[in-house]
Amino acid sequence: MRRYSPKKNVQAKAKYTDRFWVAPRVPRGSVEEGSYFAEVLETLKESGIEVLESFVELGQLVIKINPEQNVETLKTLKEKSCVKMCSELSAVDYLAQDGEFEVFYQLLNLDKAQRLRVVTRIKEDQAIESVESIYKMANFAEREMYDMFGIYVNNHSYLKRILMPDDWVGHPLLKTYPLQGDEHASWYEVDKIFGKEYRDIIGPEIRDTATIDRYDTQRFARVGHEVPFGADPELVDKTKTSIEDGYSKTFLTDYTTGSKELENRR
Amino acid sequence: MQQPNKLKPFFENLNFERKDNTMVINFGPQHPSAHGQLRLVLELQGEQVVKAYPDIGYLHRGVEKMAENMIYNEFLPTTDRLDYIASTSNNYAFALAVERLLGIEDKVPRRAKVIRTMLLELNRIISHLFFLATHALDVGAMSIFLYAFREREFAMDLMEDYCGARLTHAAVRIGGVPLDLPPGWIESLANFLNKLPDQIKLYEDLLTENRIWKMRLEDVGVLEPEDALSWGCTGPMLRGSGIAYDVRKEEPYELYDELDFDIPVTDRKDSYGRYRLYMEEMKESIKILRQLISMYPKTEPKLMAHAPQYISAPKEEIMTQNYALMQHFVLVTQGMRPPKGTVYAPTESPKGELGFYIVSEGEPYAYRLKVRAPSFFHTGLLQDLLVGTYIADVVTIIGSTNIVFGEVDR
Repeated sequence: MRRYSPKKNVQAKAKYTDRFWVAPRVPRGSVEEGSYFAEVLETLKESGIEVLESFVELGQLVIKINPEQNVETLKTLKEKSCVKMCSELSAVDYLAQDGEFEVFYQLLNLDKAQRLRVVTRIKEDQAIESVESIYKMANFAEREMYDMFGIYVNNHSYLKRILMPDDWVGHPLLKTYPLQGDEHASWYEVDKIFGKEYRDIIGPEIRDTATIDRYDTQRFARVGHEVPFGADPELVDKTKTSIEDGYSKTFLTDYTTGSKELENRR
Repeated sequence: MQQPNKLKPFFENLNFERKDNTMVINFGPQHPSAHGQLRLVLELQGEQVVKAYPDIGYLHRGVEKMAENMIYNEFLPTTDRLDYIASTSNNYAFALAVERLLGIEDKVPRRAKVIRTMLLELNRIISHLFFLATHALDVGAMSIFLYAFREREFAMDLMEDYCGARLTHAAVRIGGVPLDLPPGWIESLANFLNKLPDQIKLYEDLLTENRIWKMRLEDVGVLEPEDALSWGCTGPMLRGSGIAYDVRKEEPYELYDELDFDIPVTDRKDSYGRYRLYMEEMKESIKILRQLISMYPKTEPKLMAHAPQYISAPKEEIMTQNYALMQHFVLVTQGMRPPKGTVYAPTESPKGELGFYIVSEGEPYAYRLKVRAPSFFHTGLLQDLLVGTYIADVVTIIGSTNIVFGEVDR
């Protein structure tokens, strides 16, 4: 019987973890009185934005808000706290643990050289409002977020896949999506190039780079046993291969019989 | 009706035959001026661009996905493939993000810092020379391409002498650098720095007051400061619009707070202004490198940070001390486990602000790694910047944004 493996997170896992290992946490500081960060929090409070949690992590202010208030928060920050640039915007997949995505907005105040991060959590099927009206960079960044996680962005001007092809199935950065790609990925190019009707003839694309097929005579999986392209290895007369003419002698090493056999052949 | 399952040109949702006067043309992804793999769909009214859709993803390799399936040290050479014109700046940006997460940024030995800063600035020169060469070639100045590539070769020879590679350097490690400078390297660098200013002068003599060059670049690709901010433009794109922000000055990392250098800024807003910035930045890099050369001899020969939990001990200790060997074995086979937390570490790469956003859950694999690549947003900007320009200027504007598709598509 095969061993059960969880499907919710199929990314690489630590092969060994000490039973008593408790991962430490990066220290989280509180916001100092009178600092720029305190001002920002004060401004948000005045504008009626509910800040769920706020702390300073590695010199950057982290603000947790409700997903419904993301546009309002960013607008307030831009207009009242002089946060003129959004450096990055994307999501983190916490579906396996909490059934939620974490969407983050990495912001920068250029005048004070201070960085803030607005963080919000949305449910799996929940859409988030676009911030394109505030920062135009969200046009591309939200498209990428949609492409990679399948998070719908409301009122986006052109919500379309950006990095993956339009007709791709699945969202690659989800934790449920394997590194080598899923079933759809292995048929994608076959369908595209030859058509679905050729699936039986061509077979799925081998997407695991570590695969070695010892009966594959064309991809140098068995050095010294090459046959002409397309020929059936079983039918080729093994005593009369024309390899010796075409290939370098160094390729004639037979790993099954060792170098003695090579000497004999020479 | 198109058949999307056959291998033939398939233009998604594009109607080439229009009733109105606009014409739709497809630019790239194999266009020589597309800087790699940019595909642009342009709607033209006469010769004027009415709409532009940058289409990217032709070089998408899933670097962020790979990062979630690799231990931190394993991922470092992968970062070479982002901005492959200046690989060390990617290696460094990643190493810096992990170091901040681990809290060992201050423990990096001074010699390692000097070497890293040297490599970063050398990479800036390499990248800027490449920009100049390709930009000039796109615009039509063939000889500049050859001159700039010649100097770039010398700079790449220096990189090769240091790390053995010319393009994919992997010259930085988390916690320091793997090697000290080889004997005679400093002299070669000084030699290179002595020759470069004359060469830069040669380029400037050829281009700066060149009538054709000015006609092609002046008032082309005018980027207003509001748009630059809104689009998240950084680096020369932002400074070309009159906003002085350089991560090296504002949020200094490595030795930049000790070094004396200027940040060139212009409010010309056009391609010509940006070209001038690149030339000035190269001169500043030369200035920085000269200062670093005099800093180098005053440093201790230690190269890697002492943080046994995360960083392997030096080779001598590994070969002589049992415990160092055990730790090294664990770090190589299992990987380091940074504390839980999130870090965003910005650096000033030659193209702009390159930052790594890493979410760690205390595992040897990053839970999420987001590469904030400057070129990604500069590509997005094209859809605004190209509107209203003429088809002949499109190539100039693309060249002027200095986008590299390794980091756009990741």
